[in-house]
Amino acid sequence: MSWLLVYPIVIPMMTAVASYLFRKSPAGRWISLAGTTLLLFASCLLMSDVLDQGVIAAQMSNWDAPFGITLVADLLSGVMVVITAITGLATVVYSFGEIPKRLEQLGFHALLQVLLVGVCGAFLTGDLFNLYVWFEVMLIASFGLLVLGGSREQLDGGIKYVTLNLISTIMFLTGIGLLYGITGTLNMADLHLAVREVENTGLLTAIAVMFMVAFGVKAAMFPLFFWLPASYHTPPVAVSAIFAGLLTKVGVYSLMRTFTLIFDQDIAFTHSILLWLAVITMITGVLGAAAMNDFRRILSFHIISQIGYMILGLALYTPLGLMGAVFYLVHHIIVKANLFFVAGVAKRIAGSTELSRIGGLYAHAPVLAFLFLIPAFSLAGFPPLSGFWAKFIVVKAALDLDMWVVAGIGLAVGLLTIFSMTKIWGAAFWPDHPDGIKPRLSDIPMGHRMALMLPIVALAALTCIIGLFPEPFVQFAERAAGQLLDPSVYIQTVLGVQP
Amino acid sequence: MQSLILTTTTRLLVALLLVFSVYALLRGHNLPGGGFIGGLIGATAFILYTIAASVDEAQRALRVDPANMAMLGVGVAGLAGLSAGLAGQPFFTGQWFFLFASEGNEGIPISSVLFFDIGVYMAVFGGILTLVFALEQEI
Repeated sequence: MSWLLVYPIVIPMMTAVASYLFRKSPAGRWISLAGTTLLLFASCLLMSDVLDQGVIAAQMSNWDAPFGITLVADLLSGVMVVITAITGLATVVYSFGEIPKRLEQLGFHALLQVLLVGVCGAFLTGDLFNLYVWFEVMLIASFGLLVLGGSREQLDGGIKYVTLNLISTIMFLTGIGLLYGITGTLNMADLHLAVREVENTGLLTAIAVMFMVAFGVKAAMFPLFFWLPASYHTPPVAVSAIFAGLLTKVGVYSLMRTFTLIFDQDIAFTHSILLWLAVITMITGVLGAAAMNDFRRILSFHIISQIGYMILGLALYTPLGLMGAVFYLVHHIIVKANLFFVAGVAKRIAGSTELSRIGGLYAHAPVLAFLFLIPAFSLAGFPPLSGFWAKFIVVKAALDLDMWVVAGIGLAVGLLTIFSMTKIWGAAFWPDHPDGIKPRLSDIPMGHRMALMLPIVALAALTCIIGLFPEPFVQFAERAAGQLLDPSVYIQTVLGVQP
Repeated sequence: MQSLILTTTTRLLVALLLVFSVYALLRGHNLPGGGFIGGLIGATAFILYTIAASVDEAQRALRVDPANMAMLGVGVAGLAGLSAGLAGQPFFTGQWFFLFASEGNEGIPISSVLFFDIGVYMAVFGGILTLVFALEQEI
């Protein structure tokens, strides 16, 4: 019985309570910072335990699985919790330099912590209904963050966001109800065994598609992604960065979990749908990005196209494919959050995120330009940055299955990604500012500058480390993929019996 | 609109509803009731008072910020769950204490589940009133 599984949920929850009660004083944000640091520490402890033992599980309230709620961490869950804590910490530090006092007094930090509760809970739970609950927690917190401050633009984006996500949750809940109806259990490990005894396999496939739609909305998969570019550019940058990093990945994680552990009887059907959706997602995302003219909107569309790669890895359903998906997931969270942070600084010193209204960043803020290049090139898949290895593994997995078209599209999308990154570079960094402003980093007061730049530098360093020393990360992804493809240890740990 | 009938009955009903909400909360351990429904009933008392008097009056009568109360409730519920750790058991395992227990006398049983329910009560009570006060103020 490991308490390590409980800490990543309880720590941000208690931090949320404390930072809300102190929201009117500066103490609130320091509590938030301390709590997130503690969360990072706890998640690293959890990770080291998972690396030691493979899979760990804890039964809440001492009710044995499958009757109670189980918290489980395998390698994938473990690394997702660590990366959540890292992104959370980066966002809290960044918010010191960006979020005005007014939003803090409305409870910004508490909402951020509740969001972390939801995300960590979703990664750690071993129960489908519990997963639904964490999705709701996330939805409430993210809606709060999205409309905090209540400008007209934010409410417009927020309503679209919440409506589409509610439809997804209804779909998810209906799927859960049907699945419970035919199997009588909602524990994911138990479901793995129970679905094998279901005679009505047609119904099971229908339920699988319902889950695909539900998680597809969350993950911003084609054709259900419209809520994302409609809402991600409206809130404060710290908020859109953590959304971009984490929220869609929870959808991808859930897809990976359910479509390896539960819905693996009709792979020819379900996973080919996933495959083609992934390919179309990649293409539409990058074409959307090429058509946009706003820094954050371009980045939002890139999230969609990158989600395609991850789902592609899952859909190939080979050890290499899943390994690529895991690697991609981790790499993308770091890089995407970082790009949004850079966009925020650019907005701060150059005055806008509209590409036509900014410029001169290369001449006057070369440090920022350099720090933009690292995640931008990583996203596009330049060696030796982390994105190269991520793309390489996924494309290699497709080639191994002789899927030339898919692999070719993957590479072409990478090329188009560079195109839209050059567009940002060519408009925001290269030419002079249209209004003659000289956007210098030194214009930002010292304290704020530190808070804004520190997370950017740290995340860029992380990207470089993964890119230059990919060995341990690749091996780790391989082990995680192995656990996903052969869940016997997972099931044994949760249920305590040999499957 | 002031209604003499409403204000007069509200005076009686508010007290009655609040007592009943605590009754529902305490009854909830083994019988229908509990923190959620108790919190709803308790909130109804203040909603009724808001309608009969005004938002300001109701807020003054409540004395504390309902949003703080809701968050505090989440904290209390979480701490009740954490208390299982002191006994070395998994999160949220029910813990029992016996007040005034002596030889031949079982004492008064108090469980961590009760504190969890009190947390839920506060969270629901505070949450509903935050919403209602905000909605009433807009008008």
